[in-house]
Amino acid sequence: MRRREFLKYSAVTALAAPFVRVAKADLPAIKVAVIGAKTGPLAPGAAVTHFPPYRLWAHEVNAGGGLKLKDGQHKVELIEYDDRTQPPEAIKAVERAATVDKVDWIGGLYATGFNLAAAPTFARLGYPQLTQACVTDQAPLIVKKYPGFFMFQASTTSYAKGAIGVLKKLKDGGQIGNKVAAVNVADDFGIELANKGRPLFKEAGFDIVYDKSYPLGAQDYTPVINAAKAANPDAFVAWSYPPDTFGLADAAKIQGLNVKAYYCAVGCAFQGFAQKNGAAAENILGAGGINDTPEIRAFYKRHKEVTNVDADYWGSPFYYAMLQVLAQSIEAVGSLDRMAIAAHFRNRKFKTLIGEVEMPGQILDKVYTVGQWQGGFFAAVAGQGFSDYAQVKLKTSWG
Amino acid sequence: MDIVIIGLLLGGTYALMAMGLQLQYGVARIMNLANGEMLIAGAFGAFWFYLGTKASPLLALLFVIPLAFALNWAIYRVLILPLVRRAKSQGKLEVDSILATFGLSFIFIGIMVAVFGAQYTDYAYLSEPIFIFGERYGLNRVVAFLASAALCTGLYVWLHKTRAGLALRAVSVNPSAAGLVSINVARTSAFAFALGGAVTAAGGVLLSMYLTFDASYGVVFTLKALIIVILGGVGDIRGTIVAAFILGLAETAVATLIDPGLTLAAAYILFMIVLLVRPEGLFGRRTA
Amino acid sequence: MSTMAKTSAGGAGLRITAREARNLLAGALIVVAAGFVPLLFSGYVLQVAISIVMYTAFATSWLLFSGPTNYIALSTAAFFGIGMYVTAAGIDLAPYPVLILASGVAGALLAAVMGLATLRVSGVYFVIFSLGLAELVRQIMTWGQHVFGTMSGLYVTIDRSEPMYYWQLLLLAAVIFLVGWWIGRSRLGFALRIIGNDEVVAVHCGINTARAKVILFVISSTFASIVGALVAPRWGYVEPVVAFNPSLSFQVVIMALLGGTHRLWGPLLGVIPFTLLWELISIEFPDQTTLLLGVCFLLIVYVIPNGITGLVEDALSRRAGHGGPVGDTLSRGAHGVIGSVRTLLQGRKRHNA
Repeated sequence: MRRREFLKYSAVTALAAPFVRVAKADLPAIKVAVIGAKTGPLAPGAAVTHFPPYRLWAHEVNAGGGLKLKDGQHKVELIEYDDRTQPPEAIKAVERAATVDKVDWIGGLYATGFNLAAAPTFARLGYPQLTQACVTDQAPLIVKKYPGFFMFQASTTSYAKGAIGVLKKLKDGGQIGNKVAAVNVADDFGIELANKGRPLFKEAGFDIVYDKSYPLGAQDYTPVINAAKAANPDAFVAWSYPPDTFGLADAAKIQGLNVKAYYCAVGCAFQGFAQKNGAAAENILGAGGINDTPEIRAFYKRHKEVTNVDADYWGSPFYYAMLQVLAQSIEAVGSLDRMAIAAHFRNRKFKTLIGEVEMPGQILDKVYTVGQWQGGFFAAVAGQGFSDYAQVKLKTSWG
Repeated sequence: MDIVIIGLLLGGTYALMAMGLQLQYGVARIMNLANGEMLIAGAFGAFWFYLGTKASPLLALLFVIPLAFALNWAIYRVLILPLVRRAKSQGKLEVDSILATFGLSFIFIGIMVAVFGAQYTDYAYLSEPIFIFGERYGLNRVVAFLASAALCTGLYVWLHKTRAGLALRAVSVNPSAAGLVSINVARTSAFAFALGGAVTAAGGVLLSMYLTFDASYGVVFTLKALIIVILGGVGDIRGTIVAAFILGLAETAVATLIDPGLTLAAAYILFMIVLLVRPEGLFGRRTA
Repeated sequence: MSTMAKTSAGGAGLRITAREARNLLAGALIVVAAGFVPLLFSGYVLQVAISIVMYTAFATSWLLFSGPTNYIALSTAAFFGIGMYVTAAGIDLAPYPVLILASGVAGALLAAVMGLATLRVSGVYFVIFSLGLAELVRQIMTWGQHVFGTMSGLYVTIDRSEPMYYWQLLLLAAVIFLVGWWIGRSRLGFALRIIGNDEVVAVHCGINTARAKVILFVISSTFASIVGALVAPRWGYVEPVVAFNPSLSFQVVIMALLGGTHRLWGPLLGVIPFTLLWELISIEFPDQTTLLLGVCFLLIVYVIPNGITGLVEDALSRRAGHGGPVGDTLSRGAHGVIGSVRTLLQGRKRHNA
């Protein structure tokens, strides 16, 4: 219920200073539509990465009095929609947000397919599309086709390259051998990463000794791990999704999968991963990662306090940084002229949670691609555009 | 050897959840499509208990079983009974109960999302290796298997050695004839439905010890339980247990020997073969 | 169009009665009138209208099989996904119209295999199998993608305007209605009605029940696949978890049930109110959609088991029976609801006594 959302996120300030509110008539709130899956297969991911950053951002903006436009400060009102993990529903929600609720901004959607499916609709309605959860190798083509499409994200290949690059460095340094076992979840991103990864492994001089897929939502990963273990690899790479990322690590620990480098893609960056695996998570590699700074630590703390959800170490800080870019652009433009705001995204530098960023060619200039659990923090060990990363460590034991 | 033991461990947990559905479908004649959600509810119960107390999730059985029993009893009385009375035929009841429990499954998911959130849930309990014949297995799986075996055995003995169990089996064989020998069919059916729900929820408690789940994960288990019940034969507990092990073994064998990507296909092919060759199931009675 | 469940026995032949001609004409007029929607509306209203025609196509094709046989098919998502995948995979290889055809063929083949395996035995097995079919097909598809190492064709890049989607789906829905009408007056439809009433009787009449069911299931599923082919370009990017989303199957069933499964036009009466209600729920309670979907499901099963068409017909027959004043259909409908609640309650009272 959108009224309630609004009340919830502006409640803190409203309750703290009721007299101020009465004394000064509020300017109309800036309405931001947040469309994502609250039900269906994508709901678990959206519940961690997609909705909470918006809520935290709105909460903080409103606590500070709102966004400063030319005519004064405006609070932010979030209107959340459920796309039920169906692209037509997402398209309909975009239409509804624009033509019925007449929102001032529509946030990028959750997951690649949805953003691509809705791109023509965003364009037709005159809304820029600032996305984070949109990972594709078609990015250059898409942004060329849609001038309002911005990607706060890297391509699929860069994630595969990042992971394999980390392993190559270990191999070239003589720390691990050249035998790698690769498994992938038989689903969209998993298949794509596996297919990109295969030639990259060969190029990097790796010998793929095991290469199999397993279905999304399998119950027992022991056979997968056992078969991989039987191939006697030096490194293990799983292009995996959250439920299997957890299951594989558990099975690997129990079976004592003896590899010096263990990588699992999506879901490794969830705090739940470290909480569940405890000491066994130490030195596991995965997609995402972030540099350890006091600001980042404070962000995780605030995120938990305000949204009651543990932020992840991949999408969450980037989502938040993306919203900082949005807020800075709105304030710089001083009005809700969407095209002017989008124009402001281009070729400007923004100071954000993750450092100074820009979006040349509508695509973010820097990302972290590989992280590693080091002492309870998922530290970035590889990426693009950033200058320093944590040192990669070998996986010596399962705790 | 490896395949056999892993398959048996998997089959053990399948057995418990399928027993729950067997009681509901075989005895109470209600095809309960909300079965998987009851399982997930049990898993959430264990998760919540473990977070709160850090005590063994097995102790969660002590409150999950009675709660699930009461809840399923209430569901039967309030939702299912009117359908049973309204139904003109077994076929009509089947259609109605499929639809009603289907709706119910959504309500369960909605409530669980509201209470526990939509994100993935799990916790680590006894996630350490145990050696059997020199091979490593997950201790949590072994414990879950043993607990499941104990519950299955208890249930089996109860069904075959007590009067109440006899009444249940009588209703399963022929409800109208059971009515003639002064068995309260309505009461027995309600009892079987409630017991089935409790058993399924217990299965959820055991599964939660090693499975990452989320609120809408139940349908996977509903399907597996259905396949097992049909594979084993409707109304036959022995068949259910055997079928659960067959499914566990088949999935593990396919995952290890052929490709992990085809486990579900394996389950379905088994299902298809049974339908084509022996539609009444392994131990089922051939009806007219 | 009410011929579906009414008279017109097996040998109705090719002659079209005056009544049928009138119904056909009325149907054609409705389709033409509906065709003007994209010219008058755009934006959100058009989106809702596209939803309505899409679900009308789904629910009516679902009804072709499940209506007369009483077998609840939960496989719409599987066939829809197949259609979508065939289109996505072939988009660079063949012209779009060929792909639409190929989607239909792929759906028909799958339906034939599944039908031959499951429709010869009890209906429950069919329901279960259909429930898992989407998941099964999804796994096999993704496994295939892994084995052949291809991602090509997942982007469906044809530009079509929103009104075009609307018209395509409207046309398809009209075709489904025509096919349904034709089946209703054919020998096949007659056989199916007997099966639906009592399968044993049907067998004794010398009807090859399995064959009749399989044929119908194939027809019904083919249409679901074609819908997949038609909307694939609108999705732009086809991924397995989304293309085979099982909740689609549930929504189709619930809409058809709300409308009523005894009349060919029943689903239409279910789709329109349900789509609008569903919009309202998504707007007002975005966090509780699943819960409320469940509640709607239960309400329909318990309170209006015969659907809206059932209510309308009750009202009409009452009016005819009592020869009373011309009451408005809606209030009669409400009486129907109250009546069924009363029956439920009375049932309970009697047993408690």
